[in-house]
Amino acid sequence: MHQTFDAALELNLLHANQDGADHNRAHFEEWGIVCVNLMSSPGAGKTQLLERTLQALNPECKMAVIEGDMTTELDAERLRQYGVPVIAINTGRACHLDSKMVAGGIHSLTHEHDPASLDLVWVENVGNLVCPAEFEVGEHAKVALLSVTEGEDKPLKYPIMFREADCLLITKTDLTPHLDVDLERIKANVYQVNPHVPIFALSTKTLEGFEDWLYWVRQLVVKKGVCL
Amino acid sequence: MHETDMTKALIFTIKDWWESQPEPPTISKVHLTVGNFTCVEPASLQFAFTVQTQNTFLAGAELVIRETPLIAFCHPCQKEYKPDIGVQYACPDCHSPMEDIRSGRELKINRLEYVLLGQPQVQETL
Repeated sequence: MHQTFDAALELNLLHANQDGADHNRAHFEEWGIVCVNLMSSPGAGKTQLLERTLQALNPECKMAVIEGDMTTELDAERLRQYGVPVIAINTGRACHLDSKMVAGGIHSLTHEHDPASLDLVWVENVGNLVCPAEFEVGEHAKVALLSVTEGEDKPLKYPIMFREADCLLITKTDLTPHLDVDLERIKANVYQVNPHVPIFALSTKTLEGFEDWLYWVRQLVVKKGVCL
Repeated sequence: MHETDMTKALIFTIKDWWESQPEPPTISKVHLTVGNFTCVEPASLQFAFTVQTQNTFLAGAELVIRETPLIAFCHPCQKEYKPDIGVQYACPDCHSPMEDIRSGRELKINRLEYVLLGQPQVQETL
């Protein structure tokens, strides 16, 4: 017979991931970089949002992208044409980025570029409304996207993503005339779980509402991610 | 599918503890608290844990999961309520949004039960 011992851990299940995220964040801060984690379901328009945002803010703001994609480099290729460093992380079968994968991305980035010359690093997460919400990667702000075609009830069905978000973008608003969708209802559902989150409705096609988003990003960079 | 990754994260966290021990213990039980307002489905977690711990230092360890309900606190009403997950999160009485969460976000490893095989049997003392 062996005696059974008890060890009280009282640790978060994602403790190891959280440690890695804090480590990544410390690096970003040392270099004076603000990191933003972009999350949404597949096809909500993360890559398109980045394309327009890179176009609008480059070179005023020095940016780089860490791009999570399950199998391809298609998104990374799309973004490279805007003249910013893009690191593709092939996540394989993983449905989200974790802090270790992003640490790998940071490592590749610093290999080729001086991190101290950057102001902002975008992390484009894997398209998924569930897991990315629970895995921090070292970001200063989480931005969630919800396109108007996805339905008004999504904030109720995937509440954690919408509760964790520091900023919510309702995308593809140019499509609203063709849909039975009520933007106010989407907002009301989001506010049920996250009453103070800033919400911007925009179209990356017509650029309607896009300036408000750019203003939010500029403020974030000015404040170095503080005060969110 | 994401429980596979949650389980991986769980195993990493326990491994950190296990490797920090002076003598590698044999873990018999892992006690978790999983809130209902997380992205984790306990049944899937159990399954993934059994599969992913095979032939590892956690082989044969039992996963004991305690679930906690989502409980929010409404400030205007000064009382707790249970939001209807997937349907409504605002206070059923005054419709204020869900601001404070009192329970349901837990994803916690509470404690481990383990034996030290290398150690001679501990004498029971009176």
